[in-house]
Amino acid sequence: MVSFTPTEEQQMLIETIHRYAEAQVRPIAHEADETGEIPAGVLRAGWEIGLIPAALPEAYGGLGEHEALTGVLAAEELAWGDLAVALKVLAPALFAYPVLMAGTAAQQAELLPLFAGDYIPVTAALAEPGLFFDPRALATTATAQGDGYILNGLKRNVPLAAEAQKLLIYAREDSGTVGAYIVDAGADGLTIGEREKLMGIRALPTYPVTLSGVRVDAARRLGGEAPLPYEAILNRQQVALAALAVGVARAAFEYARDYAKGRVQFGAPIATKQAIAFMLAEMAIEVDAARLMAWEAAWKLDQGQDATREAYLASRYAADTVVFVADSAVQTLGGYGFIREYPVERWLRDGRGFAMFCGLAIV
Amino acid sequence: MAISFAMPERVERERMMAQALAEGIMRPVSRQLDENEHERPVDFIKLIWPVMRDQQARALDRLKAPPDPEKEKKPRSTYLAMMVQIEALSWGDAGQYLCIPSPLLAGAAIEAVGTPEQKERFLRRFAEGDAPRWGAMAMTEPNAGSDTKAIETTAVLDPETREWILNGEKIFITSGGLALRESDGIVVVWATIDRSAGRAGMRPFVVEAGTPGVTVSKPEIKHGIRASDTVSIKFENCRIPYDNLLGDPEVRREGSREGFRGAMATFDASRPLVAASALGVGRAALEFVKETLHQHGIDIPYDQPYHRLSAIQRDVLEMEAQLKAAYLLTLRATAMLDEGLRNNLEASMAKAKAGKAVTKVTQKAVELLGMMGYSREWLVEKWMRDARINDIYEGTGQINLLIVARRILGYSSSELS
Ligand SMILES: Cc1cc2nc3c(=O)[nH]c(=O)nc-3n(C[C@H](O)[C@H](O)[C@H](O)COP(=O)(O)OP(=O)(O)OC[C@H]3O[C@@H](n4cnc5c(N)ncnc54)[C@H](O)[C@@H]3O)c2cc1C
Repeated sequence: MVSFTPTEEQQMLIETIHRYAEAQVRPIAHEADETGEIPAGVLRAGWEIGLIPAALPEAYGGLGEHEALTGVLAAEELAWGDLAVALKVLAPALFAYPVLMAGTAAQQAELLPLFAGDYIPVTAALAEPGLFFDPRALATTATAQGDGYILNGLKRNVPLAAEAQKLLIYAREDSGTVGAYIVDAGADGLTIGEREKLMGIRALPTYPVTLSGVRVDAARRLGGEAPLPYEAILNRQQVALAALAVGVARAAFEYARDYAKGRVQFGAPIATKQAIAFMLAEMAIEVDAARLMAWEAAWKLDQGQDATREAYLASRYAADTVVFVADSAVQTLGGYGFIREYPVERWLRDGRGFAMFCGLAIV
Repeated sequence: MAISFAMPERVERERMMAQALAEGIMRPVSRQLDENEHERPVDFIKLIWPVMRDQQARALDRLKAPPDPEKEKKPRSTYLAMMVQIEALSWGDAGQYLCIPSPLLAGAAIEAVGTPEQKERFLRRFAEGDAPRWGAMAMTEPNAGSDTKAIETTAVLDPETREWILNGEKIFITSGGLALRESDGIVVVWATIDRSAGRAGMRPFVVEAGTPGVTVSKPEIKHGIRASDTVSIKFENCRIPYDNLLGDPEVRREGSREGFRGAMATFDASRPLVAASALGVGRAALEFVKETLHQHGIDIPYDQPYHRLSAIQRDVLEMEAQLKAAYLLTLRATAMLDEGLRNNLEASMAKAKAGKAVTKVTQKAVELLGMMGYSREWLVEKWMRDARINDIYEGTGQINLLIVARRILGYSSSELS
């Protein structure tokens, strides 16, 4: 059966997140962008919606619901509120979901309970500095040595690294495969750099991370000796990013639509002119198209099918769409679009990042 | 309900059958029919007629069967099946597909506003016999293209004979000649019974082949879809029975859009299907490009960062993403039809996106393949010409954007025109 109707539970979840995004996130989004800080209460309330705890197996106090589709629906709604807040609320998943997907029983027993309580700052480090990052050609290495591994390399754009209690480090292994390694804060050879200064998502603290001869026990390799399901992890990251981009795009579209109905020039709302109305129509179409692509990719993942192609196309398409839509929103507001007091320029700055975001979110 | 992209097995089977037909019957004569405009795709018509006929027969029988509440609760996939079949046949050849012997858009109008008696009377011919029959839908006139409410064709009731008398001229009518001259078919003609009432005065009428006062002109010579029959039809004191009026004869003036709404309901069903046809042409071009590039050692990766890709690979990925976006919007608009949901917004979204996407995708395909794309030895240039119509008929790209804009802004047609 082909259907585009979320389940009742999903619908309720969307509504819950929407209420949070509207009542708690939107009012602080501008200030958070200006100051680079997300109020603790807002973060707590976002965490308490329980997205990540719900994904835990029942044995760990969760509901065992780790569907990509549900994650995609939630991500869009959160990002509609604010992208930086969404990324921060979801950041612990960067650690939790790979453990859930690939951890050994012992690793799961040790680590999953961390997510059953309050917000816990943990993260993952995937992206690397340099002009042309390729997640399938990592420069960071994990070299087998004695009863463990030595990690060396530079990471970039690692959310929450300064406060994170644990980091999941992705690195190329001797055999050429990619592994993920659990590193505790304060480990020898682990250096967290200065907070990065970015064009957008300014309320999300991200850092460069240096690994110089960081030693990890064999037991800290995610999944033990089993190969890491890296492609699956990458796919779930791409789908998450696609959905987040859709959320930002939708926010920009809705704002521009409402603005255009209210702004009167030449004696009529500017939305009554085709030049504006057609732009809005195309924005609406592209938002829907990008969303459907994220849904299809997520659905395929949930079916256990290979979704490499769908996830790739969805994330590319959404990255283009969010810039097109946010840019059109700026144009719809004219001069006001350029003024930081109005949110559309922030959505354009946030949206532009999707072309380079990698490893910032996962469903 | 849950979000799902799983095609029912039956639909998948029908898609495969249509694809086989497209490959085996349509493709081999695709070039020939393009070069010899107005030649009919006889093999396709001969093969598909019994299929269409039996489908129509089952549909009419279902109408007559007593209502079965159990069955009604079951999910339908009628439109979904049509969508995938049309997509596959148009992959074969969009011009030939348009020659499909069926009530087509006339059927859509009759389905939307006809009484059960009218459905039986006008559609039964499509459910029996050895000779294929066609239906056509005539809205467009020389002075009324996008602005459908400006139609000048009149229908006047003769109080003595209780007949409607039609006068006017329709142009660009798909399969008009097949319906009226080459078979015992029907044309649904939009006319006004009260010009001063504007939209509210518009009504669809069924005109059967053989009715006096109808002249079909010579077919148009076209950029693409050359196998499709496109004609003008003149009505001069053309008399048709009273019951050939579809819908309510009463014109309610106060803000009523009765007649127009009938037309719009037709479009909500037909636009996703036109989008499906567009998608088929787009897929033909995309597949050909990918295959040709593959033979030349260029493949399209889905696991590489963008900066590692060549310009050609990027172009192909963009084509693929555009088609997928259009496909999913079309799938949604179609699934909503099966669910009985109002899809006015989604249908126009799908049509606007698909029309534009395939236009761009096929134009790019010609560009990418260079001389091979431009040469009439291959079909790529034909697909580019065939694709172009999809952003023009069933509402131009602009008209569909207008509909989307009105819906998202909550504006009426007078507030946003
Ligand atoms: C091959 C073919 C088959 C066809 N089959 C049928 C058929 O079976 N039945 C039938 O009834 N018709 C049919 N048509 C007609 C088709 O639907 C019309 O051509 C189409 O609706 C556009 O009308 P027009 O050609 O008069 O263009 P116009 O309406 O004159 O439009 C010209 C341009 O102006 C733009 N425009 C018009 N109004 C607006 C507006 N308000 N805002 C912004 N832009 C606007 C249009 O988008 C277009 O770009 C067919 C046409 C072709 C070419």
